[in-house]
Amino acid sequence: MANPRRAEPGACVSPRQAIWLLAASAAVVAPLIVKLPAVIGVPSGILFVYAAWLWARGGRLPPPWLLAILVAVATAAIAIAYRSAFGREPGVAMLLAFLALKLLELRTRRDGFTVALLCYFLLLALLFDRQGPGVAAYAVAGVVLVTAAVLQIARDGQPARATIERALVMTAQAVPFMLVFFVLFPRVQGPLWGLPKDAFSAMSGLSDTMTPGSIGELSLSGALAFRVKFAGAPPAQRDLYWRGPVLTRFDGRTWRAARSTPHDRIPWEPAGKAVEYVVTLEPHNQRWLFALELPGLVPEAAVMTSEFQLLARTPVHQRALYPMRSWLEASAGAAEPEATLGEARRLPARSNPRSRMLASRWRATAADDSGVIAQALAHFRREPFVYTLTPPVLGKEAIDEFLFGTRRGFCEHYAGAFVFLMRAAGVPARVVTGYQGGEINPVDSYLVVRQSDAHAWAEVWLAGRGWTRIDPTAAVAPSRIERGIAAALPAGDPLPFLMRSELDWLRPLRFRWEAMGNAWDQWVIGYTAARQRELFGRLGMQDADWRAIGGAMGALLAVMLSAFGAWALHEHARQDAVAGAWSAFSRKMSRLGLARRPHEGPTDYARRIGAAAPRLAGPAAELAGLYAQLRYGRGAGPGGSREFVRRVRSFRLRP
Amino acid sequence: MTPTLALPAAPALARLRDFVDRWLFRLAGPEPAPIVLGQRRVFVLPTRAGLAFAATIVTLLIGSINYGLSLGYALTFLLAGLGVVSILHAFRNLVHLGIEYGRCDPVFCGGVARFPLVLSNRRAQARIALVLTPAVGEPAVVDVAGGASAVVALAVPARRRGWQRPGRIRIETTFPLGLVRAWSVIEPDMRCLVWPSPERNAPPIEAGQSPSDGTSAGAGGSDDFSGLRGHRPSDSPRHVAWKSAARGAALLTKLFAGGGGDTVWLDWDRLDAGLSAEARLSRLAAQVLRARDGGVRFGLRIPGVVLAPQSGAAHVEACLKALALHGESPAR
Repeated sequence: MANPRRAEPGACVSPRQAIWLLAASAAVVAPLIVKLPAVIGVPSGILFVYAAWLWARGGRLPPPWLLAILVAVATAAIAIAYRSAFGREPGVAMLLAFLALKLLELRTRRDGFTVALLCYFLLLALLFDRQGPGVAAYAVAGVVLVTAAVLQIARDGQPARATIERALVMTAQAVPFMLVFFVLFPRVQGPLWGLPKDAFSAMSGLSDTMTPGSIGELSLSGALAFRVKFAGAPPAQRDLYWRGPVLTRFDGRTWRAARSTPHDRIPWEPAGKAVEYVVTLEPHNQRWLFALELPGLVPEAAVMTSEFQLLARTPVHQRALYPMRSWLEASAGAAEPEATLGEARRLPARSNPRSRMLASRWRATAADDSGVIAQALAHFRREPFVYTLTPPVLGKEAIDEFLFGTRRGFCEHYAGAFVFLMRAAGVPARVVTGYQGGEINPVDSYLVVRQSDAHAWAEVWLAGRGWTRIDPTAAVAPSRIERGIAAALPAGDPLPFLMRSELDWLRPLRFRWEAMGNAWDQWVIGYTAARQRELFGRLGMQDADWRAIGGAMGALLAVMLSAFGAWALHEHARQDAVAGAWSAFSRKMSRLGLARRPHEGPTDYARRIGAAAPRLAGPAAELAGLYAQLRYGRGAGPGGSREFVRRVRSFRLRP
Repeated sequence: MTPTLALPAAPALARLRDFVDRWLFRLAGPEPAPIVLGQRRVFVLPTRAGLAFAATIVTLLIGSINYGLSLGYALTFLLAGLGVVSILHAFRNLVHLGIEYGRCDPVFCGGVARFPLVLSNRRAQARIALVLTPAVGEPAVVDVAGGASAVVALAVPARRRGWQRPGRIRIETTFPLGLVRAWSVIEPDMRCLVWPSPERNAPPIEAGQSPSDGTSAGAGGSDDFSGLRGHRPSDSPRHVAWKSAARGAALLTKLFAGGGGDTVWLDWDRLDAGLSAEARLSRLAAQVLRARDGGVRFGLRIPGVVLAPQSGAAHVEACLKALALHGESPAR
């Protein structure tokens, strides 16, 4: 017995349907396959091309045993290439390989649907690396194309244009549902389980060590570090020191962070005016949270180290949003334990003798630590130091070579050398890295801080005052601090493309574009559990529980479903005006015993009326003719239906 | 007799089905035309593909949560919305479909009864991939263009003579995405006449069947020779032109002008006594056809029905109908 439930999905895939599936797969797979390692990507690509060639030529599909071998080979190759069959990237590679193989055994419509499901699934893989508006648009286009292929599987031989149109309409109709779910579906802070190691690819950003050149390298990157929205007027550019890792240990070449202990509360008193702002931090896979010196509160799920750095409890893998308050004039650490100060004076033995000599000369002539600092800064100002991104390479005695030889350096050279000199003079000092400055986007008034704003400065400990920020770069190149890196660098130094001053005319456009990107990041990508709570709060649903949210979601969905339900039934009613009028005409005639018989066509009916009631012959024939034209003919123009309804209404049995 | 072709079910199950039929499908016996599938009788359920799609969405959601992909949520929800929209599209594809019945041509038992349904679409958009499945028989797939109608003839094997009904017909569609099935059940008030299947290699109409009791004036009709034609196995051996056969020519049958041709009676009672009722009907059907092909006037006499000798297609059909309905109450 034939059963369509089985018969239909079991029907064969036609070459036309296969081509649709191939096109949809190609669109989904192309951006993914280029990112795979060549060992996997090239064979997969060959399989796709082979499948396309077979279908286009009408060739025979490979036998099942060959496919079984190919599956085994692909699985083994992926397991070897990634050293694991589990995880994000091997998973994506596996799905790609299976998709290619499925296209080679596309026999029934069910196989076709499986291909479509794989495509839908792989669209998610597109979003792992980038989540910009462009990728989003591409994914939506992918959904439309895959849906069109599914439509072709559902019914073979539909015209391409109608199929694409229907897919577009359906996707557009799905958008309201998406919006409701997107906004209201309770967001869960992931991950649900331990993520594989490859979950987050390496990102450029500050590191927890500093060697000459490390920050300079970063300065070539225009990539976003974080964005800041100030509650009031933003502070002056020279006060924007975004504190990051604090580097205390020095081995003669590399500065490293000391082992740190967390503070349970802010160890200083507020001073001056508080600056309130919200930071949107780009994921950098480190725990650091950046804040203006000195931060006045510890965000949720974060701690403060004994070096006054904010650390998230887990690495920042997703864009993080935290409100912050800073006291720009506060000072901290007046009662620093001797062990900490001792560590901040330690230098590797017997290195850089000329620098040490210079420091001890200052020590001897200065009245106190402040005097030493002043002499050092004066030295940097007086000597012909050059602030540049392309300093010469330094040798073993790096500090000596820099201070007395090359005298060309970037912020890390100056900060490192300054801290070295301070320590040599017995002043506790350490390097602080982070970002300095930023650029206000006038379009949305966000302050944008980029990797190119990465900076290193020094911090010295003064009795009675505690840790005090000294920025030797400011002594060499004041414009770096006042106006940003582009203004401070000599012409010809490499700079991120968009920061070059000759592209100033592009700036308004860039601001607009970046503001759009920011809005996207804030409200689409950055729509996290916290943002959702914030939004609910703004909508008057403080502490909204699951029931309230579920109720709101249910109500909205019900409204949308009834709207769509009305749409599903609506066209019928509109079309029915003609039929309704035709029935009304029959009802009028029934008073003369001349109701239309169910089988009677309009012409026959009119003839019967004419025979029974000759005076109505004319109008009845006219109405019947109009009805027949509306129903079975080419129609009578857009006003035809209305005209017919009007005439039926004005039809009278008696003149 | 209702041509119930469904499998016999346990009584409780049968009662439940009965209840479902009446309450859910609003089926209370065959329905007269026209039927319009109202929203009350169109049902929507996910297909197996729909369940796979749902599973994919759940997986996508878990992936999005796990990797914290906000756009992943958006993709997941867009696809979920697509699923919801496909429910409405499938429903819309079927709802308000008008169904009228065409004329069923009689068939012989063992053949295929065709029940033509006229599906009319009053909406401007086409209705695509409607599948009609009779309780027994092949499903038919049909598209109905916008504002037009389409005829689909459901083929149901004709397994017994008499009136045959198409039974319950499932109309369903999984279009557009195959994720959900919108369906309805109708039981059209249509019937197709199934003639008894003519016996193969039936013996020729015997001379003895020509009544000698004088009820027919032209009995035998052997008086006025009118010509010759090719011999057919059903022709009586008495009318073979033996003289010409003896000269070596092909067998020819002599035709006689006895009141418009040969007149025979096909008589139930004159068949072999050992034949069952159905076998008699089968043989009589074969003989009717033979008589038609022979161009002879014939009468039919079966218990309860006597049809006077006549010729012509209408008479043949009347005779076959009488055979088909033998033993059935005339109300049917």
